[in-house]
Amino acid sequence: MVTDLLAYDFVQRAFAASGIVAAVAGTVGYFLVMRGQTFAGHALSHVGFAGATGAALIGLPPLGGMIVFTLGAGIGMGLLGERLSGRDVATGIVLALALGFGFLFLNLNASNAVQATTLLFGNVLAVSSAVLANLLVLGIATLAALAAISRPLLFASLQPELAEAKGVSLRLTGTLFMVVVALAVAQSVQIVGVLLVFALMVGPPAAAQLLTAHLLPGVLLAAGLAIAQAWLGIVIALHTDWPTSFCITALGALLYLAARGWSRHRRTIVGAPLR
Amino acid sequence: MSAITLDRVTLAIGGRTILSDVSLDIAEGEFVGVLGPNGAGKTTLMKAILGLTPLEQGTIRVLGRPATRGNPAIGYLPQIQAVGAGAGLAGRDFLSVSIRGHRWGLPLVTAADRAQIDACLARVGATHLAERRTSELSGGERQRLQIAEALIGTPKILLLDEPLISLDPHQQKVVVDLVRQLARDLGLAVLFSAHELNQVLGAVDRVLYLGHGDAAIGSVDEVIDPAVLSRLYDAPIEVIKASGHIFVMSGGQVVERDRHHDHGH
Repeated sequence: MVTDLLAYDFVQRAFAASGIVAAVAGTVGYFLVMRGQTFAGHALSHVGFAGATGAALIGLPPLGGMIVFTLGAGIGMGLLGERLSGRDVATGIVLALALGFGFLFLNLNASNAVQATTLLFGNVLAVSSAVLANLLVLGIATLAALAAISRPLLFASLQPELAEAKGVSLRLTGTLFMVVVALAVAQSVQIVGVLLVFALMVGPPAAAQLLTAHLLPGVLLAAGLAIAQAWLGIVIALHTDWPTSFCITALGALLYLAARGWSRHRRTIVGAPLR
Repeated sequence: MSAITLDRVTLAIGGRTILSDVSLDIAEGEFVGVLGPNGAGKTTLMKAILGLTPLEQGTIRVLGRPATRGNPAIGYLPQIQAVGAGAGLAGRDFLSVSIRGHRWGLPLVTAADRAQIDACLARVGATHLAERRTSELSGGERQRLQIAEALIGTPKILLLDEPLISLDPHQQKVVVDLVRQLARDLGLAVLFSAHELNQVLGAVDRVLYLGHGDAAIGSVDEVIDPAVLSRLYDAPIEVIKASGHIFVMSGGQVVERDRHHDHGH
């Protein structure tokens, strides 16, 4: 039973770490989904992978390398602005290139076969106290930064022309947000890995936006659903022995499907037209 | 006091001169229809009044002060965009993000803010739209919400950039009548740009016609005149009046056909 398992240190750390990261990922992800920038979030995780493996190759802490690369790419994306056509092509190319480089760095660094899987898919059951402390500090910093920019960010995201007329700098808010996203991605990677960052940063917020039409409830719901998804995923993983990241991801998909189903059902009852 | 004053203004965008040495005055409470072909500078002029476009020459004054960005006395309706970010949000939430939206920090909405939003929604008759997701609203209903939003903060001037695009004729009339009524009730100066004169004919006090770097402002009869318009279009223009409508023709074609006329919206 879960309560027995909670006696173990590593399980406690897993719940704590995933709880913190899920709260951050769900909250930041809400804005990411709203702005239609989920692909950018995905690309940042891949760039982070190259940063982590590159840092490990030259003997530096992988987390540091990941954060530096992710921040750099985030700022670059933000400064490039929002309305480049063919943007998804450029992002896709960068994404593939980053993954390729990461693989190269791994290859050149003979000793890291195990770390690759962890980096790519996450391993929340192997979180150390040091990593947990890191995640707590990063998490608080990320949420504080997001809170500080949330007002102009919302305005710029929902009504860019009007926001600009009222004095908001679209480029500044966009870039600052990408910094926040980079930090959130760097944290999410520790839990679900590079390839599954979507599970926490896109699934729960997308579900939340289907379930409620209001802002604050939506953000809180996104964070709450992400936490529930992560914790339930760990519980299932501990009982079935399946990888935690798989359980978390699968739950995310189920959650989103359930939200879609509920939202269609509600439309049918209320009689509002289906989109 | 004058609401908006242009004093020998020259405006250029991307190397192209939009306005050249133009001076004009718009009085408080005046409803001005802004007309002219695509690219004549209707949007650019509004952006300049909003302090978003630098002037090559001259000055623009808004309510006696130089035009600056983020002037709270101006309510602005940008050209309608396709439903994009945050489409699933309720109208009320959509409106609330503009309150003090340029300041950093959390988007807290006070009780006073909520009361203001309610008042603005009531004024445009959009209270019943506030709880519905904006993605579920028709173009006309979304436009109504935007107008409510422009009224938040009790502006003295309203700039509406082609608000009638993609609305059917009935919705167009509703919007024009609504803005006209609001302008009267609240004493607002209004700049309302449109593609066709007939859309705003009944509502305007004066007309501002742009073309080829020049501008003509005056009553409908003064401006919608073959000599004046031929100069603005740099082409021979005929003006035909029939059954309460006015048609501006060039070479047998009506100029400024609303680009959505043929799409059956």
